Amino acid sequence: MTDTTSLFPKYAKSRPVITRHPSVLIFIACLALFTLGVTILSEGFGIGVISTSFVKTLGKTLCLCLVALAMDLVWGYCGILSLGHMAFFGIGGYAIGMWLMYARTEIIVVQSLAAAPLPPTPQEISDGIATQIFGVVGASEFPPIWALAHSLPLQLAAVVVVPGLLALIFGWLAFRSRVTGVYLSILTQAMTLALSLYLFQNDSGLRGNNGLSGLQNLPGLDAVPQSVVSIWFLWASALALGLGYLLCAWVVSGKFGSVIRAIRDDEARVRFLGYSVEAYKLTVFTLTAVIAAVAGALYYPQAGIINPAEIAPIASIYLAVWVAIGGRGRLYGAVIGAAFVSLVSTWFTGGQAPDVNLGFYTISWVDWWTVLLGLSFVAVTLFAPKGIGGLMDLVPAGTPDRHGAALGPDDSALREKEADK
Amino acid sequence: MNTLLEVSGVSKSFDGFKAINNLSFQIGEPEMRAVIGPNGAGKTTFMDIITGKTRPDEGRAIFGEKSMSLLSMTESQIAQAGIGRKFQRPTVFEDQSVADNLMMALKKDRSPWAVLRFRPARDDHAAVARLADEIGLTDQLDRKSGELSHGQKQWLEIGMLLAQDPRLLLVDEPAAGMTPAEREHTTDILVQAAKTRAVVVVEHDMEFVRRLNCKVTVLHEGSVLAEGSLDHVTADERVIEVYLGR
Repeated sequence: MTDTTSLFPKYAKSRPVITRHPSVLIFIACLALFTLGVTILSEGFGIGVISTSFVKTLGKTLCLCLVALAMDLVWGYCGILSLGHMAFFGIGGYAIGMWLMYARTEIIVVQSLAAAPLPPTPQEISDGIATQIFGVVGASEFPPIWALAHSLPLQLAAVVVVPGLLALIFGWLAFRSRVTGVYLSILTQAMTLALSLYLFQNDSGLRGNNGLSGLQNLPGLDAVPQSVVSIWFLWASALALGLGYLLCAWVVSGKFGSVIRAIRDDEARVRFLGYSVEAYKLTVFTLTAVIAAVAGALYYPQAGIINPAEIAPIASIYLAVWVAIGGRGRLYGAVIGAAFVSLVSTWFTGGQAPDVNLGFYTISWVDWWTVLLGLSFVAVTLFAPKGIGGLMDLVPAGTPDRHGAALGPDDSALREKEADK
Repeated sequence: MNTLLEVSGVSKSFDGFKAINNLSFQIGEPEMRAVIGPNGAGKTTFMDIITGKTRPDEGRAIFGEKSMSLLSMTESQIAQAGIGRKFQRPTVFEDQSVADNLMMALKKDRSPWAVLRFRPARDDHAAVARLADEIGLTDQLDRKSGELSHGQKQWLEIGMLLAQDPRLLLVDEPAAGMTPAEREHTTDILVQAAKTRAVVVVEHDMEFVRRLNCKVTVLHEGSVLAEGSLDHVTADERVIEVYLGR
């Protein structure tokens, strides 16, 4: 066997990610069509069939799909059931929220001081902004963590750097101690809980339980109506989701994907192959934390408000539920799960779902939705572990699954195994 | 023949039970060595210590020309240094194709960044195809390894071990669950491998050991009981008493 490539023509050369994974192309096409459709139907750019608030819901859903992708990469592919990724999502939101709030308050303060007989000093402006932002928690000075809030580029860098560093340090400590499985989940949940409890404090520097608000107003763009801004964010979210999908597909398609799936299935064996399991877990954990933070930075300007309750562990548990319902270990499954469950959730909790009158009791979906979600999670886990994405397996593949050696000289000849049937 | 691995004075106890008791062991390169011994003699713990899975209570384990101390290295560092291990129960990554399993095992830069950028070249595919041919899995390259039979999984694991191109191979009961023809093929592969590297085979089956035709180390209660040719050790009265006589 000298010329192996002629024997295995399909191994002759590597093909790009997209042709090896047609689902990537299909996904990008669907996403583009969706974005175009919403734009055409929107109030800001189109015929006005879709309300601005629903455009925001759709834009937020895209961000949730992106964080679900990250969750699928870290859990579905690498086997780390992190209950902390919504914390990274929240940190991303806080990081961008700080700039939004600072810059908008600055404009307001400068305007109000412009009427004064003497031009205001920078110190007066700064004090004015601080009083405006922190008056609600009884403070009038900037906490140190707001040192960069005046600068959009620096705060944008913080969106990536802060969660990235947190994930790196936390992951390094956890993985090098070989904490795995349910213990790691508990540890990540503890991190999330600690962070959220800290942020609830008034002296955390992030306005305690008030959180950051007014994030939907872009500084200096007051003239632009929300119907237009919402579409901008929809585009940005769609772009981020598309790029995130490409990135994740690239990461899982090659040998790296092989290695992390192997770590998920049997990490001890991977060590004996010479791969440093800890380094891989840390890479995936940090990368996905950054993806989650970017999603959060796009989500909260559309939501308009962020507060510590958003970081509570339950949010991260929901994230795991979305990915489980959508289908772990396949990227489109995570997206389908997040989109489906969060939109259905919006429908049920928004009061639009008709209540069910049982005669003796009325099921009000606003209250019972979480029960239904919990039951469907149990049902998926027990009866359809592949989730909604598993339905794709029912679609016949382009080429039949060939088993065994060929019985005839040409490619289409029956194989041994097929002939047995 | 240079000494490749030198283990000296190693002890390990689990809850007071001395699994390994002042064990000393040497192997050169190239060399083939069979390790035999009754159940509980410490064969598996011995391999665990060399591969970094278990830390001994005392003793030294020195590997290679640079005299690396294996006891201060992690499993993955030891594997990268050139020690490959085949487990008794075949452990392949069942969710992935045979080709992916072999590709993962190929000796390449193992750092995350290098692996992330890695795209198999023509040579790598050729290497995988060559290995598949050697272990008789050419037709199965695209199949998920979970679909393989027990024997085929054993082969795949041997293939993955060869793909790592280790200097020292530790093989735990390679012939378990194999047909006589497959055993013969396994013997050939191991003998071939031992021409250029050190191979340690742990085996229960005396017939298999005889066919390897190599020096034999007998373990008993965590230390070396006898060492030499198979005929030499089987003639040893203590060996007969603890192991063969039963």
